[in-house]
Amino acid sequence: MTDVSTTGQKNAVPPLNANVKIVEPTIFDLSSPGRKGVTFPDPDVPRAKMPQSLLRKDLPLPELAEVDVVRHYMHLSKFNYSVDGGFYPLGSCTMKYNPKIDEDTCRLPGFLHTHPLQPIETVQGNLALMYTLQEWLKEISGFAAVTLQPAAGAHGEFTGVLIMRAWHKSRGDHKRVKMLIPDSAHGTNPASSGMIGLQIVTIPSDARGNVDLKVLKEQCDDTVVGIMVTNPNTLGMFDENIEQVVKIVHDCGGLVYGDGANLNALLGIVRPGDLGIDVMHFNLHKTFAVPHGGGGPGSGPVGVAAHLADFLPEPLVGILEEGDDETPPLFGFVTPAKTIGRMKSFHGQFGGGLVRAFTYIAMHGPDGLREISEYAVLNANYLLARLRGTYHVPFDRICMHEFVAEGQFEGSDVRALDIAKRLMDYDFHPPTNYFPLIVHEALMIEPTETENKDTLDRFADALIKIAEEAKSQPDLLHSAPHTTPFGRMDEVKAARELVLCCWLPENYDVNA
Amino acid sequence: MTYVPISPNERDAMLKTIGVKKVADLFEAVPARHRFPDLDLPPALTEMEAAAELADIAAGNESVRGDLISFLGAGAYNHYIPSVVNHVLSRGEFYTAYTPYQPEISQGTLQGIFEYQSLMTALTGMEVSNASHYDGATAVAEAVNLAWAQFRGKRTKVVISPTVHPHYRGVIRTYTQGMDLELAGDDSNADLEAGPESLESLIDENTALVIVQYPDFFGRVYDFTQLIQTAHAKGALVCVAANPTALALFKTPGEMGADIVVGEGQPLGIPLWYGGPYLGFFTTRKQYVHKMAGRLVGETVDNRGQRAYVLTLTAREQHIKRERATSNICTNQGLLALGAAVYLSVLGKTGFRQVAEICYHNAHYAAEQLSKIEGYGLCFPEPFFHEFVLCCPKPAAEVNAHLLEHGILGGYDLGQDYPALKNHLLIAVTEMNSREEIDALAEALSEEHHD
Repeated sequence: MTDVSTTGQKNAVPPLNANVKIVEPTIFDLSSPGRKGVTFPDPDVPRAKMPQSLLRKDLPLPELAEVDVVRHYMHLSKFNYSVDGGFYPLGSCTMKYNPKIDEDTCRLPGFLHTHPLQPIETVQGNLALMYTLQEWLKEISGFAAVTLQPAAGAHGEFTGVLIMRAWHKSRGDHKRVKMLIPDSAHGTNPASSGMIGLQIVTIPSDARGNVDLKVLKEQCDDTVVGIMVTNPNTLGMFDENIEQVVKIVHDCGGLVYGDGANLNALLGIVRPGDLGIDVMHFNLHKTFAVPHGGGGPGSGPVGVAAHLADFLPEPLVGILEEGDDETPPLFGFVTPAKTIGRMKSFHGQFGGGLVRAFTYIAMHGPDGLREISEYAVLNANYLLARLRGTYHVPFDRICMHEFVAEGQFEGSDVRALDIAKRLMDYDFHPPTNYFPLIVHEALMIEPTETENKDTLDRFADALIKIAEEAKSQPDLLHSAPHTTPFGRMDEVKAARELVLCCWLPENYDVNA
Repeated sequence: MTYVPISPNERDAMLKTIGVKKVADLFEAVPARHRFPDLDLPPALTEMEAAAELADIAAGNESVRGDLISFLGAGAYNHYIPSVVNHVLSRGEFYTAYTPYQPEISQGTLQGIFEYQSLMTALTGMEVSNASHYDGATAVAEAVNLAWAQFRGKRTKVVISPTVHPHYRGVIRTYTQGMDLELAGDDSNADLEAGPESLESLIDENTALVIVQYPDFFGRVYDFTQLIQTAHAKGALVCVAANPTALALFKTPGEMGADIVVGEGQPLGIPLWYGGPYLGFFTTRKQYVHKMAGRLVGETVDNRGQRAYVLTLTAREQHIKRERATSNICTNQGLLALGAAVYLSVLGKTGFRQVAEICYHNAHYAAEQLSKIEGYGLCFPEPFFHEFVLCCPKPAAEVNAHLLEHGILGGYDLGQDYPALKNHLLIAVTEMNSREEIDALAEALSEEHHD
């Protein structure tokens, strides 16, 4: 077999059309044989013999100087819209401002340079922080136990559905195979249940955006594992019947999973555990201001009611020896009695996730947390009030932290996509569009609490102006955006040609 | 303190526009008896207080930079991270952006991930890479899902080497519970001296996937070409979980014929950070791209004729396919993938090879010095990369306790996972370990022997 890393793959790349303009070359395009970036000192130990037959012949990585690399990434960064740069009202994503102090605390050397397998005596700071964060999340959510291990929201959901099934099986109840999921759910809910082979039964929403109780009752039988509810749901509505939903599912022996993606509306407002929800994941990268990083890392701790605590993934952080007035407690790891097992290596998204969230909660305190949700809901309702006369809002009552409008107008061929793209010309990030699926041409708007009234007004003004443009100059919207560094993409070409990576130029001297 | 930028006057004006009197009126849909709970949490800190508090907590740790000399590896490695990496990742344009669903204003992230994909395929010798998984362990588990989907659940056996990281094997067990899948070879009591050929007899026509680690958990480097040929002859796929630093030096799994190459990307410029967040990389052959989970960036052009990048093949993903998606993964480790790309770019062909060579030489020097000490010896024959198993004359836990008194993190106590290896330490040596540190380890061990 030939070395595909250097030769075989290059031929698979269709040559780039000469008419295509390159705005920023790739890191491979920029490479020049013999250039060096960061180098290392020669080893100060004798050189050992190497097993020649096992060595690779070529390492086809780019060759650049440090300044080349810095300029390249600086150029790329300018093509990104970000929360630091502007308003990012992406529904269900909670794109709030990420406090700068969190960047500093998570990079304190004591956190940055501790190895996950160090003896617990040498990492009592880390363990104390994790233990305290578990306790705080329990208090905020009303659950009996919390694992910090899951890496993201979907990973937390997967953890949750594994726990739900394990609980049923531990009771000798093996016939439960159905997961009930409202039609407004995030796509991760059915995917998480699908990963463990459950059948998905979709429950419709009623006219007020609540779970349809009649259908729910019909579906609830002794084959139901449980229901996965998002509350507030993806329409931004607090389910007015949430306690009945919980009761109906419990009455048939099922469990209730709460999707915590929308927890930003509930801090200090209501605790999901108090409503009878059995298990829920937190998105530390939404509610607790961990930055989204262009797609991650996130952090998705899971909280459970007392009857599910024994099923949590291993390990949890616990107190191994109680402290007293003079000595602090000894923190360490404990394994729940009926654990579903390990969800990832080591202990969770510690530095980037847990330390930032800890800092954030510590700085808010109980009153500050409540203020977060109050203002997140105030801002959403203010935008709703400003836009309701211009955009049709199919489920229109007091919303929570977000709401969904229709991005279409009678007699116009302008679509939500066009409105979203046109918003970029006004220097706003568009709302989430085409989700939830139950609203036509959905525009899902979540302003968060960290935007001021001026920004909200400018955004509302822009959307109202765009609604006028949709009537007077629809082509302006169809061809938007106009002022951004890039225009609309040929997505069909990307999927058809599947150019998924680049390599060093063809005539590159690999031996230089 | 909070980060709410709204004055009381502005708030009142907004309430008026909404048509309610006070903020509490917005929450009437919440059941009254549970509304506005009193949260028993400590009072808010100012930024100045929080900075002090967190510094205090961090000081409760002993770090491997300054406080302790570390020879701990076992899946997380103490490497030098060039300054550039953190400077790039600290740009708000990168770290405060969302998943690049709007490509017109996300080309920074998209091109960055496209280049990451390119770098990972160059490193592994594979054809396609996704935009990342959570970590090495979950990336291996997703390889099982790929193989399961490839054979539509008709092949129900996965062969796993017992020398795959115990956490990775644990995560595979968690992910596959209830799937009616046999995990053959996943036995910590197996013959650990045996090479990959010992797995061949386990592979049959019902095997969907064979999983090995490269270098294996004990640091040993094997050529898997023969094993892969055997697996392919039975129609099975092979996944190699590789250490990316080792790939700067050793033959690629792609060259050996692997179908899937995954691994823990932490060594690529990501701090130890007490175990996370790290980076799961996932590469495969183009023929499996539709079965691969996770996000994928592809090249295209925009309507102005400019080369550009978009998320592609999204029809595999959960937000479109829901319960029939290849995986539920949504948020991944995007920023750390970008960090790995910066790391590989700034080290480049020369610097990255240098790191691997220094690790190799330092580890071999350490192995030589330590095996000279009476009662100590190398358990397994060469070749190894930057990690090796040291047989000790007494339980590894006791050896480590002694070393810790000298300010040394001795290595990973293998008895925690392998009952037969109670007296065995897994020692990792990187470019961060000077000769002086290695000599200090040898001295502390010899002294211990004479205690």
